Amino acid sequence: MSSILTVTMPKWGLSMQEGKVNLWLKEVGDTIAPGEEIVEVESEKISGAVEAAVSGTLRRQIAQPDEVLPVGALLGVIADADVSDELIDDLVTRFQAEFVPPTDDEADAGPQTQTVQVNGRQLRYLKRGEGGTPLLLIHGFGGDLNNWLFNHEALAASRAVYAIDLPGHGASTKVTGAASLDDLADAVSGFMDAVGIASADVVGHSMGGGVCLALTRRAPQKVRSLTLIASAGLGSDINGAYIDGFVAGNTRNALKPLLAQLFSDAGLVTRQLIDDMLKFKRLEGVDAALATLAGGLFPGGRQSEVLADIAAKSGKPVLVIWGENDQIIPVAHASAIPAARVVVLPAQGHMVQMESASEVNKLIGEFTS
Amino acid sequence: MSSSLTREGLLQAYRTMRTIREFEERLHVDFATGEIPGFVHLYAGEEASATGICMHLNRDDYIASTHRGHGHCIAKGVDPVGMMAEIWGKRTGTCKGKGGSMHIADLDVGMLGANGIVGGGGPLICGTALASKLRGSNNVGVCFFGDGASNQGTIFEAMNLAAVWKLPVIFVGENNGYAEATASKFSVACENIADRASAFGMPGVITDGFDFFAVHEAAGEAVKRAREGGGPTLLEVKLSRYYGHFEGDQQTYRAPGEVQKLRETKDCLMQFARRVTSRGELSMAELEAIDVEVKTLIDASVVKAKADPLPLPEDLMADVYVSY
Amino acid sequence: MARKITYQQAINEALDQEMARDPSVIVMGEDVAGGAGAPGEEDSWGGVLGVTKGLYAKHPGRVLDTPISESGYIGAAVGAACNGMRPVAELMFIDFMGVCFDQIFNQAAKFRYMFGGKAKTPVVIRAMYGAGFRAAAQHSQCLYNIFTHIPGLKVVLPSNPYDAKGLLIQSIRDNDPVIFLEHKALYTMEGDVPEESYIVPFGEAAVVQEGDDVTIVAFGRMVNYAKDAGASLRKKGVQCEIIDPRTTSPMDFDTILESVERTGRLVIVDESHPRCSMASDVSGFIAQEAFRALKAPIQMVTAPHVPVPFAASLEDLYIPSPARIEEAVMRVKEYR
Repeated sequence: MSSILTVTMPKWGLSMQEGKVNLWLKEVGDTIAPGEEIVEVESEKISGAVEAAVSGTLRRQIAQPDEVLPVGALLGVIADADVSDELIDDLVTRFQAEFVPPTDDEADAGPQTQTVQVNGRQLRYLKRGEGGTPLLLIHGFGGDLNNWLFNHEALAASRAVYAIDLPGHGASTKVTGAASLDDLADAVSGFMDAVGIASADVVGHSMGGGVCLALTRRAPQKVRSLTLIASAGLGSDINGAYIDGFVAGNTRNALKPLLAQLFSDAGLVTRQLIDDMLKFKRLEGVDAALATLAGGLFPGGRQSEVLADIAAKSGKPVLVIWGENDQIIPVAHASAIPAARVVVLPAQGHMVQMESASEVNKLIGEFTS
Repeated sequence: MSSSLTREGLLQAYRTMRTIREFEERLHVDFATGEIPGFVHLYAGEEASATGICMHLNRDDYIASTHRGHGHCIAKGVDPVGMMAEIWGKRTGTCKGKGGSMHIADLDVGMLGANGIVGGGGPLICGTALASKLRGSNNVGVCFFGDGASNQGTIFEAMNLAAVWKLPVIFVGENNGYAEATASKFSVACENIADRASAFGMPGVITDGFDFFAVHEAAGEAVKRAREGGGPTLLEVKLSRYYGHFEGDQQTYRAPGEVQKLRETKDCLMQFARRVTSRGELSMAELEAIDVEVKTLIDASVVKAKADPLPLPEDLMADVYVSY
Repeated sequence: MARKITYQQAINEALDQEMARDPSVIVMGEDVAGGAGAPGEEDSWGGVLGVTKGLYAKHPGRVLDTPISESGYIGAAVGAACNGMRPVAELMFIDFMGVCFDQIFNQAAKFRYMFGGKAKTPVVIRAMYGAGFRAAAQHSQCLYNIFTHIPGLKVVLPSNPYDAKGLLIQSIRDNDPVIFLEHKALYTMEGDVPEESYIVPFGEAAVVQEGDDVTIVAFGRMVNYAKDAGASLRKKGVQCEIIDPRTTSPMDFDTILESVERTGRLVIVDESHPRCSMASDVSGFIAQEAFRALKAPIQMVTAPHVPVPFAASLEDLYIPSPARIEEAVMRVKEYR
């Protein structure tokens, strides 16, 4: 039987309840491959593209640009070219008749973050998916588990994927301890023990990559493979002005130009993204935690630890992903591990896992399968 | 009546009263020239009250004062030189020329402000006393108010609150017989302000405000009670002002010769001098030496105030908020 | 970690955390505990609507019931602030400012300036405001505009639980006198609030919805009505930018100006009366600073120039509604 599939409003992040259709990236009649971006959607927090899950032809654009629709609402229809228009119209009619937007309560009933105590520090994490080899997502400096908004669910199709908030970050305890990659790695190691993960494919972004490397040094048995995205720990250079500005910045106007350096498309730095960052930075203890960490990890605008040889000596499979135009950690660091598979994504910035989510998801999926 | 004061104490008392008198008499003269901005309310004649009470206070005890506040300021330790500059509206004044006569305050010496609002200080002093009490210190607060303010709701509320919370407060009702141009005999419904104390369950004491020693003794008991946790006292000081409500007041509501008679028969400085010299506690020469010193100080303060700079345009916007 | 709590709980939590952090923070007011001197339970009310419930036991000796004597205890809070404490005095209903205003605007507000910069008066005066409770003319007013008019005061109007907690913590730590106003109708509103302590700075507006068609500036509870109107208008293709100034003194005029320069159309929603109001204040500012950007006359959606009525049929008519906001937006949108 020929396939016929609906494209619906995605749910990015736990709080998303509706989204605005910005622009169709495919026209009716275009042929579509899995993973291709079909339509650009904007939530309160972030804008991104909805990707095709199947191959086929875009047969209908139901949602119009600038339309605001609840999560789950019908955006379009993909079907094989031989599916009749009548069948598609039937499906659309039926869908629209039966569709009930989720209530607030239902919207909250999705995956929930959990917390676990590790050496007196509370760590927050979000688990999606079940079974398989566990995969661990570790964010960068000043980030949190939401940095994996566009990756987490996609990677969790057939395995358990955990995203954590490092100490001093997100909703984890705002005490950072020794301000070293080892200290953060020990927290991750303790987290794995606490939730019963013997070993995992570890994925780290930026400082989180450095944490993955330190974890490989401290507890090699816990690391099955390493995916290092725009990773720290592969060279001494780092954008010290960004780090200092980020630590000191406490207003929208101070943070906006800094956060813009993270993305290749500065338009992604929405007001909501800045506001959320401000909310985090204004929590008691965050300023001190970030300043302490920055002082330990990036003193004088340099990275204090280069751990490339740890990866090399460990013999673990390593995937390195970088954005070509990374303004925070230079793309030159991508070649620091000779045996690694290296992918440099053209025209991308530091937050490459968000901006090129489908590409990064595909690379990680293939690498860790 | 025996004095509990040492020689130094007596000298200090005289110096304070003389400083207030000299300060006010000089203002009376200078104000008439039209050079001093705004309006001033002089304390001359009432010096024994502020002095007799504040002699019992420490730097970190607070007082709240009134629009007739120069005497309270000087007695609590505010620098008269800064005060003179303030009254002349100069940048070097106690309040940088932004308060003026009616709002001189110096929190560093526990002076919470003269107050342009009649009865404004009562609630405030309950607050400083509450803070002292909560901190477990034995500091007290003194609220000076006049017979006019004695009819204000704020004073009633403050007295009730102080009694309810058993706060270390002394309410000092300085009854000079006139609220502006209206006699307290008319406006205060009971015989004495102190009679109202019983309504708030606190001791009410009446004392003669021309007699420094009487005030000093009555205040001593009230301050001691407050420091020891015994709660508030209402102390009524009966006195008189030598000048009008404000400078320029023709005082046609007063009896002819009223002030002259008081000056000649009851003046607090005269009574003080007579008593300490007759008892051999201080000599006339010592008192005269103080008179000269004080006159020199006040003369100098006026010379300086006249010469000092006015506030600058940038001062207009300064010090509205700690941060904004 | 954030979890959903009410506006009322957010205020209680801010007080609790600040009292734990700083021993100079005290809470005082009429029945803020309740039961003082009475034979029954202590902390029997915890505030007339229970907002301060539980603080009495957690912070012994620092939650003080007062006589019904607003001048007395509001003034005492001001005096205590001058003597090293950080009092949070509850005035219960903002309408009661009438019996203690001198202590607020002539005393607390003026000390720093009048005393040449020497005084510091870190007092917070909390009070309920707003209509909708059938409480009639003397228990339902807004009056924030009156405080906003006075140099020396800061005025805070949280519209949601997150802001309520962060703004109250900022108010307590702030070194100037702060009037912190809580809309009674918001006490039961739920929202995400971090468990941790945090501040929301003064003078920083929140843009609660972005849009390019019409700017809506709304105050306090009206922010939520503006959001309702904005959501409805979005479905009709009208994109409103909704600005919640959060504090009216200091006021983030820059964010409003920037928005109006982009949209050219402004609706101001203020539950207060129209004359000498926040609505007329913002309107005057924009007329002066952004006249050339305006594509339509500014619309003010306010209560009428009448006292708050008692009968439901009248009070419902009195309070600005999402429908009235929508109408105003459409008027400026369609103005030619």
